[in-house]
Amino acid sequence: MIVAEQKPLEEIKSLIADAEKVLVVGCGTCVTVCFAGGEKEAGILASSLRMSTKLDGAPKEVTQVTVQRQCEWEYIDAIKDQINDVDIVVSLGCGIGVQAIAERYPKAVVVPGLNTSFLGLPTEQGVWEERCVACGECILGLTGGICPIARCAKQLLNGPCGGSQNGVCEINPDTPCAWQLIYDKLASQNRLHLIMDIQPPKNWSTSRDGGPRKITREDLRLAAEASE
Amino acid sequence: MTKTINSHSQIVAFCCRYCAYAAADLAGVLRLRYPPDIRIVQLPCTGRLDTLEVLHALEHGADAVMVAGCLEGDCHFQRGNIVARTRVNRIKELLTEIGIEPERVEMFNMSSAMGRQFAEAALEFTERITALGPSPLRSGLKEITEAVEM
Amino acid sequence: MSEASSNGYKSGSRLERVLRAGHFAVTGELGPPQGAEANVIREKAKLLKGLVDAVNITDNQTAIVRMSSIGAGTLLVQEGLEPIIQMTCRDRNRLAIQSDLLGAYALGMRNLLCLTGDHQSFGNHPTAKNVHDIDSIQLVKMVVDMRDKACFQCGDEIKETPPRFFVGAAANPFGDPFEFRPYRLAKKVKAGADFIQTQLIYNVERFAKFMEKVRELGLHQQVYILAGVGPVKSPGMARYMRDQVAGLDVPDEIVDRMTRATDGIDESDKKGRRDAWRNEGIQITIDLIQQIREIEGVVGVHIMAIEWEEAIRPIVEGAGLLPRPEPA
Repeated sequence: MIVAEQKPLEEIKSLIADAEKVLVVGCGTCVTVCFAGGEKEAGILASSLRMSTKLDGAPKEVTQVTVQRQCEWEYIDAIKDQINDVDIVVSLGCGIGVQAIAERYPKAVVVPGLNTSFLGLPTEQGVWEERCVACGECILGLTGGICPIARCAKQLLNGPCGGSQNGVCEINPDTPCAWQLIYDKLASQNRLHLIMDIQPPKNWSTSRDGGPRKITREDLRLAAEASE
Repeated sequence: MTKTINSHSQIVAFCCRYCAYAAADLAGVLRLRYPPDIRIVQLPCTGRLDTLEVLHALEHGADAVMVAGCLEGDCHFQRGNIVARTRVNRIKELLTEIGIEPERVEMFNMSSAMGRQFAEAALEFTERITALGPSPLRSGLKEITEAVEM
Repeated sequence: MSEASSNGYKSGSRLERVLRAGHFAVTGELGPPQGAEANVIREKAKLLKGLVDAVNITDNQTAIVRMSSIGAGTLLVQEGLEPIIQMTCRDRNRLAIQSDLLGAYALGMRNLLCLTGDHQSFGNHPTAKNVHDIDSIQLVKMVVDMRDKACFQCGDEIKETPPRFFVGAAANPFGDPFEFRPYRLAKKVKAGADFIQTQLIYNVERFAKFMEKVRELGLHQQVYILAGVGPVKSPGMARYMRDQVAGLDVPDEIVDRMTRATDGIDESDKKGRRDAWRNEGIQITIDLIQQIREIEGVVGVHIMAIEWEEAIRPIVEGAGLLPRPEPA
């Protein structure tokens, strides 16, 4: 899932400085389960903003609404009236949610309340770790289900650098060495042969390096102009 | 306990039913006096403490929030009071960001037999809040009211 | 080792010729300045001249911005020394690396060491974006193909003067997973590496075990292995390297030797203690070279005395490695 963190209140306040009426929009999907931008967090942010702006002597009218998914038109269409009623929208969606609202409501001023951090999973309640960079060409089949692009600080494809020591990465003792994990996993499965061959340079054109990406599935398109 | 303080603060106390809530009851039975500023809200466990409810209490006029759970190690749900402590710490950070003194929210631990300790904690916390003065949000309200009157 | 050119050499570099002639090779290391002063390189070059067969020039070592390896290498060529250009994958993508190497070759550089590069979080621009378009093994393969197949990484032919480098790679016998290290070296050999320079060795016993596995895989017959050594300046530095530096294995014995070096010298005699430590650091390095030389498959040493280039002469002299050969 997408993992995000709320921006500092000061920063959000500076983003909404010129507005009187503010709508905080939460999202019920990824950012709800990572406790960054769901209904509860939207409520906390709205309350915090009301109190803080009041203390600053210029109280703002801050309301909140949470939609099931900010990344689908149908859901953000449902809050049309609330959006049209305010000066500024603080989206607590990921970067996709912010852009979806901005795209759907061209006149609305939309600012982000979160920093979208990474694609990851909660390894325990309250701890999230990055697992994928959406490079567009998955190699997990070669690496025992452990991604060296997302989890090695140097994105190495042919084994660990010299900084791997006692299972941890040289950049941070809290970061496991991805290649140690890959080695241990494949060794335990008797599949070390998978990493003995030289992996050629990666094709990064499927990643962000190839420019913004787009997938079109003609078999799924319903729009009238698409069928012609 | 004969000491009383002259205060008009409003304090919301979120109390666990297994300990602090019962302790407050016991304080009453023992005829121990504690400041009338304290308004008790019963929780099934302090692990149920909701950040949003604490903020709402402050936003809607409370000067402070006291959270009282079982002695550490004695939670009926194992770790509810430990979780509550970390949540209170997080709320203190939030309040600092908002511009409210973090001392206005505090965590206490006690058992159901500690009626005297409840009364003492209530008094001590009320004294702290009285010293801090009314919530800056309330004084803000007052200023606004005055401005309107003028 | 891959296909040779008409004269039988891959690059014809002095280092290649020394190794091919069967001499025990000695390479040194030079860290370029954090500024644009050419004389810094010229002064350091004087300290190394005649003592080593070739000199590594680091590439923004520890991710701190310094004069470029190729720029400093050009100055070294002018001083009559042979550089080994270091190239990391951290700062350049495949286009930049190939383009820089064409330039380096045109400027007279003939040796190249392919590295992953220290992470930028260690350096003076920790907020930089890193590249890592290719890794060090892919880099070896890329420059070997530029030489032997006269083609760029994309497959396009290099129509005029392909760069012909003597291609090296690094090996860290003490990194983890320890069992994988010889296989990672094997991958570098398979990619076409001509020579290997190892991480600093202080634990000879553990290095010998690594070399045993290397011989078992037959790698020592396919690649020239130069063992990395370097003098420590003080017991404090030895302890720091033992406790703090990832990928180094410094046995207590080295720290003890450094500590004992000042036995009998009064605490107040700062210079006396400093000299005693430095002499011991040099002596330890000489002893290490002599032990490492005995290990089958080691054909040279790489002496890393960065910011202490003066130590190279006593080390090379003390280890009986002078004069340096003049291969045909």
